[in-house]
Amino acid sequence: MGFEQFGIISFTGVTKTEQFVEFLKNNELRGTACKSCGAKFFPPRSDCDKCLANDMDWFSITGEGTLITYTKAMYAPAGFEKDVPYVLGVAEFSDGIKVFGRLDKSLPDDAIKAGMKVIVRILGLEDDRLSYELTAA
Amino acid sequence: MPKVAVIGVGQSAFVRAYPGSIRELAFEAYREAMHDAGIKAEQIDASVVCSAPEYDKQRTPAGLMAEYLGLNPQPTFYVESVCSSSSSGLRTAYALIASGLHDVVMVLGFQKMSEISSAESQERMGRGADIQWEAPFGTMMPAYYALHARGHFEKYGTTEEDLALIRLKSSTYGLINEKAVFRKELSLEKILEPKFIATPLKVFDCCANADGSSCLILASEEKAKDLCRKPVWIKGLGMATAPINMAGRDSFSGLKCAQLAAKRAYDMAGITPQDVDVAEVHDCFTIAEMMAYEDLGFAEPGQGPQLIRSKETYKEGKIPVNVDGGLLSKGHPIGATGGSQIRTIVLQLRGDAGPMQVPEAKIGLVHNIGGVGIYGNVSVFGTE
Ligand SMILES: [Zn+2]
Repeated sequence: MGFEQFGIISFTGVTKTEQFVEFLKNNELRGTACKSCGAKFFPPRSDCDKCLANDMDWFSITGEGTLITYTKAMYAPAGFEKDVPYVLGVAEFSDGIKVFGRLDKSLPDDAIKAGMKVIVRILGLEDDRLSYELTAA
Repeated sequence: MPKVAVIGVGQSAFVRAYPGSIRELAFEAYREAMHDAGIKAEQIDASVVCSAPEYDKQRTPAGLMAEYLGLNPQPTFYVESVCSSSSSGLRTAYALIASGLHDVVMVLGFQKMSEISSAESQERMGRGADIQWEAPFGTMMPAYYALHARGHFEKYGTTEEDLALIRLKSSTYGLINEKAVFRKELSLEKILEPKFIATPLKVFDCCANADGSSCLILASEEKAKDLCRKPVWIKGLGMATAPINMAGRDSFSGLKCAQLAAKRAYDMAGITPQDVDVAEVHDCFTIAEMMAYEDLGFAEPGQGPQLIRSKETYKEGKIPVNVDGGLLSKGHPIGATGGSQIRTIVLQLRGDAGPMQVPEAKIGLVHNIGGVGIYGNVSVFGTE
């Protein structure tokens, strides 16, 4: 299996960035960095829109980020109903890298605030699926 | 730049479930626009058909519509930018006429959303965002706009009550719009009931799905003067785009695509925000109207709440916004929405808006957003 292992439901089977899933298996969230011009990307890209190169390195997103915004979804699209409610958010890490994802379900509502420090945690889901979430640092 | 006018407008009633097929739904707006323009099908040189394809069972609907409306054998094709499809259609039709390729072009927008369930519709709309990196988390439009609501709250201290005031205004005008799907009076208490969809957005912060169609007929200056007593002129067209992925956004308190589209439209029209007499903005959610106040320059960044608190966007205020009830009350049949907004502004500038009429309106603006700020269309219209 390749990229379709990513997330609760995947809508993409084949991508040149499928190594992303291998890094999740190693407990790492990685983005890509252009070998020619150094531009860094998350989510990962296999093509650089800055210099048009297609040779990429992978870098790890580590350390603390800051939660910029969030929402608690009380309804879900088809296929995700059993998960509600869940919190979606965007956090900013070093070099301005932003990460979109869900927040740790065990965090109480009053612990979730814009500006809170968060870290990335890799998740193993049912059926060998893999994802990541943001949790309190 | 050659002048291009809107010479005919039409819209079906927006309803929860239209009792007919998409071709019949489209004909409702077409019939009204043709009567309005007083022309015959042979006088239409080309048509642009707009919808969001995720709801259509019919593939390549432009061909179907051209046949059913009686527009064969003239050119037709499809234009899509999700919720702003028919504003993108307007932009396309303008270019077809300004280039001299055609003299009279029709823009048809339609959507029949009732054929699929609300959850399925949310899932399909969610796939209007990044399906590779975001949809696997379970995304939907209310959650995306909710991220912007939280962003606005955090940056400016905006509150749920401020958003509720926008819905209160919408319900006031929805009541007097015979074509709106939601025509109930709402109290602030009712709007503020804590029935959350995606915090901080509640049930009444969200517009309803609807079935509907809209139709615009555009003409060159020469044809417009020949065919139409009260042509309404397209003065400025601004369009801009922004990253589809939330990780690509550097702000969650406004929409970059709308800010840039507005600047481009104002520059082309040679006006400032203060010159606008009446506006239709894309209030798919209350927060979307709040951001529009600021993105369009009707208020400084962070001052949107003040504008609605002081009722300046009511019909009697300094900049009336969505005095037809907006998407929140009219409903939001994706592909038809932009054309409906444009119809309202054309009627306003002609003085034909009935109980919704803003006195002496000379310059009108339409703000129509596709996706969560992926596509921004801002269009300026004038009586001269
Ligand atoms: Zn590069």
